[in-house]
Order: sequence, then C-alpha cells, then structure tokens
Amino acid sequence: MNSTVNVVAPAAEKLTVPNFMKKNLREYGMLISLAVIMGFFQYMTNGTLMQPLNLTNLLLQNSYIVIMALAMLLVIVAGHIDLSVGSVAGFIGGLAAILMVELRWHYVPATLVCLLAGALIGGIQGYFVAFHRMPSFIVTLGGMLVFRGATLALLNGQSIGPFPPEFQLLSSGFIPDPLGGESVRTTSLLLGGVVAITLFYMSMRERANKLHYGAATEPLGFLIGKNVAFSAAIIYLCYLLSTYKGLPNVLVIMFVLMMIFDFITNRTTIGRRIYALGGNEKAARLSGIKTDRLSFYTFITMGVLAALAGLVFAARLNTATPKGGVGFELDVIAACFIGGASATGGVGRVTGAVIGAFIMGVMNNGMSIVGLGIDYQQVIKGVVLVAAVFVDIYNKNK
Amino acid sequence: MGSILEMKGITKRFTGVVALKDVNLVVQAGEIHAICGENGAGKSTLMKVLSGVHPHGTYEGEIHFEGRELQFDSIRDSEKQGIIIIHQELALVPLMSIAENIFLGNEEARLGVIDPDATYRRTVELLKKVGLNESPDELITNLGVGKQQLIEIAKALSKKVKLLILDEPTASLNETDSQALLDLLREFKAHGMTMIMISHKLNEIASIADSVTVLRDGSTVQTMDCRDAPVNEDLIIRHMVGREMADRYPHHDPDIGETVFEVKDWTVFHEHHADRKFIKGVSFHVRRGEILGIAGLMGSGRTELAMSLFGRSYGRHITGQVRLRGKEIDVSTVGKAIDLGIAYLTEDRKGYGLVLENEIKHNISLANLSGVSRFGIINEEKEYAVAKDYQKKINIRCPDVFQYVSNLSGGNQQKVVLSKWLFAGPDILILDEPTRGIDVGAKYEIYCLITQLAKEGKCIILISSEMPELLGMTDRLYVMNEGELIAEMNTSDASQENIMRAIVTAGRD
Repeated sequence: MNSTVNVVAPAAEKLTVPNFMKKNLREYGMLISLAVIMGFFQYMTNGTLMQPLNLTNLLLQNSYIVIMALAMLLVIVAGHIDLSVGSVAGFIGGLAAILMVELRWHYVPATLVCLLAGALIGGIQGYFVAFHRMPSFIVTLGGMLVFRGATLALLNGQSIGPFPPEFQLLSSGFIPDPLGGESVRTTSLLLGGVVAITLFYMSMRERANKLHYGAATEPLGFLIGKNVAFSAAIIYLCYLLSTYKGLPNVLVIMFVLMMIFDFITNRTTIGRRIYALGGNEKAARLSGIKTDRLSFYTFITMGVLAALAGLVFAARLNTATPKGGVGFELDVIAACFIGGASATGGVGRVTGAVIGAFIMGVMNNGMSIVGLGIDYQQVIKGVVLVAAVFVDIYNKNK
Repeated sequence: MGSILEMKGITKRFTGVVALKDVNLVVQAGEIHAICGENGAGKSTLMKVLSGVHPHGTYEGEIHFEGRELQFDSIRDSEKQGIIIIHQELALVPLMSIAENIFLGNEEARLGVIDPDATYRRTVELLKKVGLNESPDELITNLGVGKQQLIEIAKALSKKVKLLILDEPTASLNETDSQALLDLLREFKAHGMTMIMISHKLNEIASIADSVTVLRDGSTVQTMDCRDAPVNEDLIIRHMVGREMADRYPHHDPDIGETVFEVKDWTVFHEHHADRKFIKGVSFHVRRGEILGIAGLMGSGRTELAMSLFGRSYGRHITGQVRLRGKEIDVSTVGKAIDLGIAYLTEDRKGYGLVLENEIKHNISLANLSGVSRFGIINEEKEYAVAKDYQKKINIRCPDVFQYVSNLSGGNQQKVVLSKWLFAGPDILILDEPTRGIDVGAKYEIYCLITQLAKEGKCIILISSEMPELLGMTDRLYVMNEGELIAEMNTSDASQENIMRAIVTAGRD
C-alpha cells in the first residue's frame, strides 16, 4: 500500500517483573488476597484453620458453592444472572431423596435423572430469558420462589434420609489409597504432586508456545517463581489433607470441573462467543453469532451444575431438608463478583470465581472458629463484597 | 429592526479538529433565519455554542444578544436569556404524558411539590398555541412524530422564548406535517418571534426564510437576504458544496466485470412502527471489482437498507430478492449472509462493531472463529498469527494484539473492524461510513485498502455522507432519499451539485 503516513507500530513494551505484576494485578491480587486472608485466620485461630481436619471440612463445606460458581460465571459473563440456583439445588436434593430413599432407586439412575431435571429447569428459565428476552433477574426470581415452594411440597415439609452409603461417598468419601501409608495417604499426596508438576509443565509449555509465535510473555524468572510457589502450595495442601483422610472425592470433581470450565472459557469458540455476547450483544449478532441460543445454553449448564451442587449438599448432610440451599445463590453470585466478574457482562474468569468462592469460604470458616457471631459475620462478608468490587471499578476508572 | 443576535469570530476546536473557523452570524429581530450546509459543515456545533452546550471558554469569539455580550456556561444560562433550542433528535420521554414532558425540568411546582392544576391549565394553553388538539394526559408514545415535534415546540414556548432554534425540524415529518409546522412558524413570526432554522430542504427555506447563511467546512460562506429577491437555489447549492477537491484519494483504475450481487424490489418496514414503509422497493446491483456509492442524507434509509440485507438485522416484513451471481440467495440470518460472502461494516463501530473490553485478536477472529479453530477448540497460535498479520497488513497501530480495543484510537478501532470482516473472507463488502470520526491519515489508509480490495475483484458498496468521498472513491453511485433510490449516475458524470439537487428536489414532487 502506498500510504503517506507510515508510522511504525511501537515495539512491544518490555515486560519487566513489576511492569508485568501491575498489568496482571487483578489476577494475582485475588490469589494474594486469599493467601493473606488465610494467613490472617491461621494466626487468629492459633493454627486451627490449616489443621487437616478443618481444611477437609472447609473444602467440603464450599464445594457446592464452587461448583455453582463455575456455571454462574458463564451466566454472568453472558450478561445475565440466576437467582434460582439455591432453590434448584434444594429441589434436586429433595428429588434425589424421594428417588433413592422413598422409591429405592439405584443411585446411578437417580443421579442421572436429577442432573437431567436440573438441565430441564435451567432450560425452561433460559427459554424465557433467551428467546423471549425477559430479564433474567425476573425469570429466575420467579424460579427461586417456584422451586423453594416445590421443594417444600415435594418433601411434604419433612426431612428425608438417610441416603444409600454409595451415594454418601459423593461428599463424605475420599479417594482410595491402594499404595497405603502409615500416617500419610500416599496416593493423595502423589496425586497432588502430579497435578502440581502438570500445571507447572503446562504453563512452561504455554510460554514456549507464545515465544514461538512471537507474543510477549511474562518474564521467565517470574514465571518460575510463581509456579514454584504455586506448586509448593498445592503439594503442601495435599500433604495436609493426606495426613487426615486424603483428598475428598468432591475435591477431585471440583478440580476436574474447574479445568473443564477454564478450558471452555479460554480456549473454545463457545467460550469466546459468550464473552462477545456479554461484551456487546449487537456486535456479536452482527458477527453472525446466534446470541439467543448461546444464552439458552448457559442457563442449561447452570441448571445442571445447580443440580450437582444439590446432590453434593444432600449427600453431605445425608438428608434432604426443605431448607436445603437457602441463600446459596447469594454466596455463588458474590463469589463471581469478588472474583472480578463484571455485573454488565463480558468480563470474568473461572479461576477468579473459584478464588472468590474460597475467599468467602475461608472467611466463613475462620470467623466461626474465632467465635464471631453470625450477625457480624454477615456484616463483614457484605463489606468484603462491596470493597472488592469497589477496588475493581476504582482501578478500572483510574 | 436591528439585529437581535450577533456571533462574532466563533472558532471551536475539538481535539485535533477545527469544527468552526471564525464563523460570523447576524440574525435580525423578528426574522426566520435559515442555516444550511452539508453534514459536518458545523451547523449543529454552531448552535451548540450559541445555546451553551459548549460553554463559554471552550470556544473563541463573542456572542452578543440584544446588544449585550453574553457568556453561557450551560443550556440553563442561555434559556434564561430566552434562547431555546429544539434538537433534531426529539428529547421526549415516551412513557410520560404530554404535560409532564412539557414541564420536565421546569415543573410548575412550589418547594418541589408539583401543582397539577397549573400544569394542566398551562399545557392546554400551550397546546392551543401550537394547534394541537390532544389531552395533556396523553402519553407521548401514542403520538406520531409530527405531533411529537409540536410538543417539543410547545415545550420551548413554555419557557419565555425570544430566539427559537430549530435543528432540522421537518427531517422526520411527512409533507402535510411539514407544511403545518411551517405555517406555525410563520404565525410565530407574525407575533414577533425570531427563529433560526437549520434545514437541508431548499424548497422549505425558499418558502419561509427571510435570510440564509451557508456554512461549509466550519466557515461562513455567505449570508443572503431573501426578502428582496427570491432565493437562488443554484447559488446556495454551489456554496454548500463548493470546496476544492484536493488529491485526497488514491488513484484507482477500475477493472469492472460482470454483475455479482443484485437486489430487487427490496422493501422493509420500520422496526417499531410496523405500518411505516422504510425502504420502498429498492433495486440495485454491483459488479465485480466495482466500488458502488450510496449517497444520501442522514435518515434517508441507507444504513437500514444495508442492515436489512445483512441477515435482516433491521426492520420487519422484509420482501424482495437478493441474487448472487444470478442465483437467488437466502440472507435471512447474519450467519447465512457471512457464509455467502457478504460483510457489513457498521457505521457505529462502538455500538455494533466491537467488543470494546476484549482483545484486538479476539475481535478480529469473531466473525470467523471456525477459521482459527478445530472441533470448537481455538488454536491460539493461529489466532495470534492472523491478528498479527492484519496488524501489519493494514497498519493497526498498537503494541500488541493482546491489547484491549477500548485503548485504541478511532482510526485503529476501525481498522480492527475492517480486519474482522476481511478475515471473514467476503466477496461483497458493504462499508457504512467507513471513515467517520477518523483522522485524515487513517482515512487515506482506509481508502487505499478499499481500492486494493476492488482491484482484487471484490464488490464494494460504499455508504457515505461525505460527498467528496463518494466522488473521489466510487465508480458509480446511487442517490437515496426517504427509502428510495432516486437517482443513479456514473461517478464521472456526477458532481456534488447534481447529487444535492437530486436530494433537494426529490421531496418536492
């Protein structure tokens, strides 16, 4: 082209460590906040927080929130919200109890039916939001009432339990330990090590890839330092868990789901389209993206994961109660926003939502151990939510 | 009668652009003063300076009103002096009543408590003044555009108005409503009101104005008195468009082949008013390697035509035929249109073109994700390479393609949207105002790209409000007005005068 102006594009900025940290403050800031909060409560509880038993409980207590936060992130990134997830989780817990306890179904078909029911519920709500353009806030507010009532009706106001022992393993089970060990579950520890090394390897490979096609990368020293710290943390946590009963089954489920959702959001066309839909629906449409269908899918996903969370929760309590899942939606939504999702859509990361869920979880757990009343716990959680989002928005506008 | 308003040496700069250069305007008391000029000539900016939208200090020059120099900090200041502006886009709240709208921000109230009786009474009076027979409780949304325009005028009259400014008051009105409005303005004049009216319609100006000021490229060309002699339309047109055609466009040797894309009897109804025909049986064709222009004023239906063709993104009850290389094609969804090789570059890149809070490379791949993925999994290396390639090829100035699009300048943002569509591999590119809001250098680069694409045998449909751009770039052009293609000409025979003439005379018959 014979252009009169020929300004050369400025060379890619050199990424020094502080420079890089500043750019990725958001992501690392979250992790650092979590670490600081953990350190704080570790100190305040005289080390109770990180005791293997408590750590295991902490993971179990938060697993259903994390599971729902994964799908909620998709819903929020797509520019919607789902207020019904707590009620849906409670309803599915009730359904599971009816099927397995009252009707004596085998746990496999019962679980499948529950997950399908979740998909159906998500689909119905998504249908109104996506194809009739009803505000998701209203549709799911309705869903929240409907399924809370339906849970009560289904359980007839009673708690139903206990579940078959195989089903309980979903929440109370730990991965088997064929290798055996005196005081430490060797398999669990080994698995932790494998995961740590795999993640390390993957991030090194990603960097090599980026270098290969000439993109700017994070400084090598920083990357290694970060990964060493990260791997050490994983191995240390796995070690702690191994000295108790090992890795809980539900942690494995959570981790696998997290990897899947991280992959979907970052690497697949569907993920990319969801971000575009939330970022600018009109532009996405004019780029040939079927935005309504995409919204519909996110609600189905949300329904399935809400159902899974309901199953995990019921299995953990070993009963289905009419109050099951009350208020979960707020924790789940808060986790996504603390984790950096934007209320207007288009922005948010799976890892952020998971970290957000754990920030809430560690605070819940720590404050309970310290003996803080439920009243102040709520106040503090509320303040943390607003503060986290404030810092986010403040930084963005600066 | 002396002058009521004198604007002296008004110069207004926006970052990097001079919108007004030493503009002088004198308006006599009790007259209707018309201002005309092309899109972007500076008419609206001048009125914004006058009404305080651009506060004192952001421009150079003086405003004298009723013999005193005035400095406005906001619209409120100018309204206090009796200068009221009615903008082209109506500023009414649809779901509020006539009375509520008329007194919005200026309520008949004591200590913040609204007096419903006074509101009602005064509304009835005002409605009578503008000749509207509607209940003050009627909701705005139930009124047609013509009546809404009258409500705007009633709203202006509710304030003590000495100088009424109307920005294209008849642009969205039909012939009858326009005539009624002009009659009303004459009546106001008989009562001694002074008015400034911005208009493109020379027939209206001829029938109503006492004097005419022509603006061009941000400067006053001339003020003409029409009381003595009738308005010389030729002269006005020449003044409106008569700028030097510098060498602002790349050289282009057209190599035009067979007809590729053809549209027949394309009719579209308005998106919200289902009974309003917006595009009226339009037929046109484009040939291989041809740059086809569509000229017309804003609101003439060019964008709506393009968007309705591109996957029915605008309008309803769409009828008509689209043919590609002689075969009828189905363009009922955007996906189908893209697959058939059609691309539409929007005039509103921030609203419809870009996902601003997203990376450059993600924006570029958005319309053709299958081009960088397999089995739904994105190959990030390939995506990066594609984006990098376009960054180099069309010179997107950015440190790297990881950057968010929101951090780029207008010109570079436009290049990102262009890259997106080029990567989708189209044969027919509809470019809607591709150089709007872009600096001169980037404009030239985009022009070069357009000629390059035509040379490669693609069909280009260039929609533009800038006539020099159309004349400099296209091989053939259509003139669009009120949803119809009213003229077709080879660019070699076209001039700004005859395009403008086609537009201003079309409304007359």
